[in-house]
Amino acid sequence: MRPFDLSVPSQLMAALGPELLLMGGAALLLLWAGWGRSSMQRQRAVGLTAMALTFAVGVYVVWSLYQVRSATGGPIAVDNFRWLADVVILLGTLFALALTIDDNARQQLATAESHVLILFSSSGMMLLAAAQDLMIVFLGIEIMSIAVYCLAGINRRSARGAEASLKYFLLGAFATGFLLYGMALVYGATGTTNLADIAVRVSELNLGHSPLLLIGIAILFIGFGFKTASVPFHMWTPDVYDGSPPSITAYMAATVKAAAFAALLRVWMEAFPGEFRVWQPIIAGIAIATMIVGNVVGLAQKNVVRMLAYSSIAHAGYLLIALAAASSQSGSTVLFYLLVYTLTTFGAFGIIIVLARGTDRPVMMEDFTGLWAVRPWLALGMGFLMFSFLGLPMFGGAGFFAKWYILQAALQAPVPQTTLAVVLVLTTVVSAGYYLYVVMVMFMKPRPEGAAVPAPAPMLTRAVVVISVVAVLLLGIVPEQVVRLARAGAMKPVATVQAAPATVGAVDQ
Amino acid sequence: MNQFLMSIGYMHWVLPALLVIPTLGALVIWADGLRFRGQPEGDDVVSGKASSPRIIAFTTLLIEFIVSVGLWWSFDPTLVGWQAVFDVSWIPSWGIRFHLGLDGISLIMVLLTTSTMALAGLGSWTSIRKKSHTYYALLLILGMGMLGVFMALDLFLFYVMWEVMLVPMYFIIGIWGSERRVYASMKFIIFTLVGSLLMLVAVVYLGLHAKSPITDIPNFDYDTVLRTVHFTPTTSLLLFGAFFMAFAVKVPMFPFHTWLPDAHVEAPTPGSVVLASLMLKLGAFGFLRVAVPLFPDAAMNDTVRTIMLTLAVISIMYGALVSLVQPDFKKLVAYSSVSHLGFVMLGIFALTVQSVQGALIVMINHAISTGALFFLIGMLYERRHTHVIEEFGGIARVMPMFAAALTFVTFSSIGVPGTNGFVGEFLVLIGTFRTYPLFAFIATLVVIISASYLLWAIQRILFNALDKKINFHIPDLNFREIALLVPLMAGILWLGLYPKPVLSRMQVSAEHFVQSVQTRVLNTVAEGND
Repeated sequence: MRPFDLSVPSQLMAALGPELLLMGGAALLLLWAGWGRSSMQRQRAVGLTAMALTFAVGVYVVWSLYQVRSATGGPIAVDNFRWLADVVILLGTLFALALTIDDNARQQLATAESHVLILFSSSGMMLLAAAQDLMIVFLGIEIMSIAVYCLAGINRRSARGAEASLKYFLLGAFATGFLLYGMALVYGATGTTNLADIAVRVSELNLGHSPLLLIGIAILFIGFGFKTASVPFHMWTPDVYDGSPPSITAYMAATVKAAAFAALLRVWMEAFPGEFRVWQPIIAGIAIATMIVGNVVGLAQKNVVRMLAYSSIAHAGYLLIALAAASSQSGSTVLFYLLVYTLTTFGAFGIIIVLARGTDRPVMMEDFTGLWAVRPWLALGMGFLMFSFLGLPMFGGAGFFAKWYILQAALQAPVPQTTLAVVLVLTTVVSAGYYLYVVMVMFMKPRPEGAAVPAPAPMLTRAVVVISVVAVLLLGIVPEQVVRLARAGAMKPVATVQAAPATVGAVDQ
Repeated sequence: MNQFLMSIGYMHWVLPALLVIPTLGALVIWADGLRFRGQPEGDDVVSGKASSPRIIAFTTLLIEFIVSVGLWWSFDPTLVGWQAVFDVSWIPSWGIRFHLGLDGISLIMVLLTTSTMALAGLGSWTSIRKKSHTYYALLLILGMGMLGVFMALDLFLFYVMWEVMLVPMYFIIGIWGSERRVYASMKFIIFTLVGSLLMLVAVVYLGLHAKSPITDIPNFDYDTVLRTVHFTPTTSLLLFGAFFMAFAVKVPMFPFHTWLPDAHVEAPTPGSVVLASLMLKLGAFGFLRVAVPLFPDAAMNDTVRTIMLTLAVISIMYGALVSLVQPDFKKLVAYSSVSHLGFVMLGIFALTVQSVQGALIVMINHAISTGALFFLIGMLYERRHTHVIEEFGGIARVMPMFAAALTFVTFSSIGVPGTNGFVGEFLVLIGTFRTYPLFAFIATLVVIISASYLLWAIQRILFNALDKKINFHIPDLNFREIALLVPLMAGILWLGLYPKPVLSRMQVSAEHFVQSVQTRVLNTVAEGND
């Protein structure tokens, strides 16, 4: 098929089809959600419709993937990486909606708006995955973040939710300031916001050592570091994750992070390949710090959600390795890792929702004690998911292949990142301390006398948990199909982008 | 026999079958467990809940053993190279294959595993009294994982199987162990993970190094990697170090051994047997299969070699000396394992044909003798619920059959001529004496200590005055326990009197191992001199 000509408005609209469908649908759903008195039935109906809409957008995205259309240079990218990132985002959105419907019902929240906010946020994420222009990146991040700020405090009766929301909003706004300032500096140095053009200008005008540009890149990373929860911009994570409703926490931990990583990878690989030597050691250092802090502090947690918050920081560190490697494998590695991470995270939070028993109290490690004796299936599922986070083969299913892929990308990089690989495995050993602690209390401790038995999980939550556990285990045995798909999402490695600036430059007249 | 096996295409399907059978058995047990959903916890042996899983597990392990025994005849001991090869693609995008095969060394290890696992199934009969379905399913998966390590010819598969066996063992220690089981299981898994994850990095590195220049897809095939390993001395040393960590923890060599006494003592009897008889061998097998052949220049570098031999001798001496002062019989046997495995390492790194063969025999002997010792300790524990030596005394008078068996197995473990233990240590010492007389001399001295700690222990348990009332009426061995011990004692006698059939099957592989390592070391030295 002919590539999209993005200078023609109608073609630009067509290239943005899935995003527009999601946004338009969400706007209509908002009308329905806000119409009349809110009730539990309406909350459920809106939620289910939102799931149907998400599924439809997902079909659209997969259809677009198989169309294999490209686009001329412009503000958005039309490539496999975008579509595959969209698939991961939409999968997370489906899971988040399913968990939120049940969680709202259990907490007696008749807020149909939460589903609409999730859809808006997801459309922002899809925009991020598509963005090939710093302005679109900013737009995507803002659409995504503002909706998530509200979602964090969607339970108005919860003081912890309000605290989380406010904290997230204030710090998020601060980080957005950095992001915007960084973009402004990059624009100031290169005179363009288009990612491909930035790369071209940098190499043509010999801006490699321009302090304006380098400071801009550094400040831009602070903005991204906040969204991806990388050390030292991670401080908000445990508090916000702990206070938000668990379904939203899973959404923040997995899907928001997926979108932020997709954009981070694209911006760095496409716009700043020329400064590779400058940012690579810094990103590598941040990856090391993130892995160490996430895993070591995770050891001390007694609250399961806070433990998973530090675990999510650690996983951000693993993902940064793929960026620091900057190899042809980085894109597919990140996609595969995010898919597995999304499945595992939503499964684990689904189980946490069951254990929270519809209350607003934090779920502690003790709640898992002796779970095997009373709810063996739940304990088994959680056990598999913990092994997946840890990355053990077979018992941890796809979690192992995700780590394997990262190791492979690190060692296959133009400059092999052996140190990062070794830090990855050593911090993984540290993480065994808390993942296996959960397994240990579930299977090796007796159930305390008088501890309440968790009620059976509602249908949708159960479906999310079952689907994620089964998918993780299946992918752990036969990953080939998914790997092949992920490899289709490979990005151009930094070296080749550097080598071929002339062809892209022709567009910039 | 051979023709019958040929006619059913035995060599084509036997290796995957050995992995599939226990997996199916585990699934059947799990399905059987669904019948008991919602029933209150209790003593499964009393309530009869344990009867179906243990019968299924034992049947599966017996079938597994019978299937594997065919290898004894159909394996051609005169050939160098892999036999019974099974090779299918698993994850083509990453160049990962499901590639299995045997040489003489892994043949013996596979047979050892299938036979010991069957005995371990029998040994669990009354010692596992809770959650029996889960236990037997995990036991089967554990055996599957260990067989996978012995048979894998793809480094990725090797790593996967290495980790697969870790998880069942973690649960077996952690759920069915004694008082400090949680601590012991955590220590076990953390120690093992440190080593094995470093090995993972090394495996990825090797696979990428061996990648095909055309398709750019990594290759983890053992033979291909063996052909392509040419690294600078530093890289070689680092990679060797990564594998060393994984295997040295498993063996365990002296500074990495601290998980072993805890795990052995806390594990339930069959768990200790599997740990001692099979899991420790995996470490030594790793050195023989991966670490030394892939990095001969690093492993045979004078400094590295001296360090390895020193650590081996320290292990031998330290294990023996610590055993001498143990008040707990199970711990005593656990430390004696450190000592015996020290002989194995000494034999491997002395690198003469005799010493390597000796090391292999010590591996087999240790599996049989120490496995039998742990079974006997378990039998005592089921009767008296203690391992402490002081609690017994003179029980030979109330349990004559037990006493006879324990004495016999002790003789084997000490290495009395006529039992299996003698041959292995003797070969290791002779082989080592040629290249490293000093180390051989020290190790020989320790043999005396190893005789004294075990003999002293059985003297205090079996033969001193029968002075504790509680010991007056301990029942002697029952039929199942005798059935369990007879094959082990038969093995001890057989290997002690006529080890040739076993030796001849390993001979070619052991010689090949020594020669190929020596040639490659010489080649590297020659290249260095150019």
